[in-house]
Amino acid sequence: MKSLKVLNHRLSDSSNQLAILEDDGLHRHASFKARLEALGEFPLRANGVEILQINIGKMCNQVCKHCHVDAGPDRKEIMTIETMRLCLNTLANSAIKTVDLTGGAPEMNPNFRWFVTEIKKLDKHIIVRCNLTIILANKKYHDLPEFFRQNQLEVVSSLPSFSKDRTDRQRGDGVFEDSIKALQMLNEVGYGISKNELQLNLVYNPAGAFLPPSQQALEAEYKQALLKEFGISFNNLYAITNMPISRYLDYLISTGNYDKYMEKLVSAFNPSAVKNVMCRNTISVSWDGFLYDCDFNQMLELPVNTPHTLHLKDFNLSALSTREIVIKQHCYGCTAGAGSSCGGEVTVLS
Amino acid sequence: MSDHYYNADDLAKFGNIAEYQKEMSDKFFSYYGEVFKDGHLTAKEKSLIALAVAHAVQCPYCIDAYSSDAYEKGYSEQQMMEAVHVAAAIKGGAVLVHGVQMMNKVKEIGM
Repeated sequence: MKSLKVLNHRLSDSSNQLAILEDDGLHRHASFKARLEALGEFPLRANGVEILQINIGKMCNQVCKHCHVDAGPDRKEIMTIETMRLCLNTLANSAIKTVDLTGGAPEMNPNFRWFVTEIKKLDKHIIVRCNLTIILANKKYHDLPEFFRQNQLEVVSSLPSFSKDRTDRQRGDGVFEDSIKALQMLNEVGYGISKNELQLNLVYNPAGAFLPPSQQALEAEYKQALLKEFGISFNNLYAITNMPISRYLDYLISTGNYDKYMEKLVSAFNPSAVKNVMCRNTISVSWDGFLYDCDFNQMLELPVNTPHTLHLKDFNLSALSTREIVIKQHCYGCTAGAGSSCGGEVTVLS
Repeated sequence: MSDHYYNADDLAKFGNIAEYQKEMSDKFFSYYGEVFKDGHLTAKEKSLIALAVAHAVQCPYCIDAYSSDAYEKGYSEQQMMEAVHVAAAIKGGAVLVHGVQMMNKVKEIGM
């Protein structure tokens, strides 16, 4: 399977995605902006910057059907060491506490390990979004669990189901089996065992055109099933809603599910999720150093609304801390049901 | 008025029944919501029961709703089909067990 970009698919152009999301001007779905206005939450503003989420490259060993990055082995966009130095400079000169490394498979960036050790010297908490299978993809990655442990990284990994069938349907043949082996390797070095150290958190996202069920109930099921079947332990399960962009948007349209999915997102709009959406305390950095409100806006090429600080070179923490967040219809994905963020639900449903 | 009895869009209009009788409708939906919460059975288990019952009562709206709900809650296709078989077995059994009544009657009136 190839990326949309390499296929020269119309949805590889973010303006085409935005045209669909904005209903081609037909306004069939209530506007996200109008919903915020009705709540008195427009414009939506950042409330500081606590997390720097850095996308260090779109290259990945997997080609998942729902991937909002359109990542894959054929993507060549990789953060250079010069841009990494800009990230380090930004981090050294700010009180940002957490660095969230994502991709593609961030470990495929040739400077990944150097970057991690340099961030660690700045005493920042580091999250790595590891797809698990990368650990088994090549001999040179087999020691990643030990590298993660040495640097006390928090590992966040996707596992859309504790069943092989659903996982492989979304993420590709053989992914479930390799993911299980990788989780066992992470457990072996101490991940997912203790409550406070070496955090191993899993991500569930629906393998289809529907919203995630209760995160709490799902976590209990995952814990029971993975321990019983494979002897695997982990800390938390994050239930994340699939965002109707990029490859998932292609899936929704090609299966005739797009309108119904948007209706689901719109009708499940939860006002209390708005206060805790991740863009309010996060800045997303692209492989080439540009700044965005979130990884989704990054993929839609919607830059931050701070004209004088669009790139790491011009990083202005105070301007970014109170910036107006750029919103479009895809933002419904973060406010549906219990809400959704890179850390799962953002609110507790009664 | 449509020229057919079932319309998929009507499922989303279920709440509109309040238009003609609000008090009873409110009571029903409140009860319904309470029934499907986690209790001694989990919300997930209740969803699978609802799926089986939906087939037994042959309600297309309920089948739509609980096929989605059960799948979203993590049941596999095989588990869901087994639930439908449970409904079929009970319905089939319900027909067949009346065969005893038939036999009783025949024995009563026959020589």
